[in-house]
Amino acid sequence: MRFPSLILAPILAAATTIAVTAEEVTLPQDEVASLAAFDRLVAVIEHPRCMNCHTSTDFPRQGNARLRHNMGVARGPENHGTPALQCATCHQDNNAPSGVPGNANWHLAPLSMAWEGLDRRGICRQLTDPARSTMTPEQLVEHMNNDPLVLWAWNPGNDLNGLPREKPPMSAGEFGELVRVWVANGAQCPD
Amino acid sequence: MPVLKVNGSPHEIDLPDDTPLLWALRDTLGLLGTRYGCGAALCGCCTVHADGKALRSCVATLADVAGAEILTIEGLGTAATPHPVQAAWLEIDVAQCGYCQSGQMMQAAALLREIPKPSDADIDAAMSGNLCRCGTYSRVRAAIHRAAEFI
Repeated sequence: MRFPSLILAPILAAATTIAVTAEEVTLPQDEVASLAAFDRLVAVIEHPRCMNCHTSTDFPRQGNARLRHNMGVARGPENHGTPALQCATCHQDNNAPSGVPGNANWHLAPLSMAWEGLDRRGICRQLTDPARSTMTPEQLVEHMNNDPLVLWAWNPGNDLNGLPREKPPMSAGEFGELVRVWVANGAQCPD
Repeated sequence: MPVLKVNGSPHEIDLPDDTPLLWALRDTLGLLGTRYGCGAALCGCCTVHADGKALRSCVATLADVAGAEILTIEGLGTAATPHPVQAAWLEIDVAQCGYCQSGQMMQAAALLREIPKPSDADIDAAMSGNLCRCGTYSRVRAAIHRAAEFI
């Protein structure tokens, strides 16, 4: 079934009827709420502050232009860099005044959580497919609400030119609540 | 007063927690072998070890290294008993101007601690963040292979 995302935004009272190309399909309220929440929260997932370390490659990216990380930095066997050039060689516990971003657990997301190259439907499928995701929906709620590295996206500091890094397009609290709503209503994915 | 453990010795350091480690090493302890290059972890010149791992001391603060054992080039080896990396560096005659070489050697020593017999790919992966304006990269690679033979 297909339907445009624009019509998911309104809060619906009970069962909802959505016009589609060939027929009318009635969606339960919880499914509509879940899809509407995902339609909004995915803008954060697609933001460079998140996507640069949720890559599908052997290396992270950096900046809003999402260029390959400087100095040939690689993913390494544990997603923390190569054995002698770890993320922590340069990335410390906090953002550095020089512009090097920091967090106590700076690392790449594992390939099982790679979102790069996926469309929104694909990202949702990756997040919710038990065969691919390393997190249950409940763990995703925890990760996206409380993981300090996720929350770094809203405290990204300045770049090497001294300019503030762009933050995701909504607050951390709003994002976290949307993730809760998405999961509480079944972690639905768009078709 | 915070205590900084450097090259096996404790030092009382009366500096703010957000002071870069490099400042404490050079300006307070007088350990001038660790060099300032870019100040933003972009060149590797200031590399030291913290608990055996390579660390860019220009961006690591004293708070970041609290409790860690810091090793600088002065503590890596001595003239009488050089670290295998230092012995290989001398044998291959790696240095040209030499400014970046303490960082190169500390990074190489960290690599050999993790991978005693590194491949060219291992060396490239470990050393790609250490820049050298003189372009000594091929000698750096050769010296790391030679140091591996000494270990």
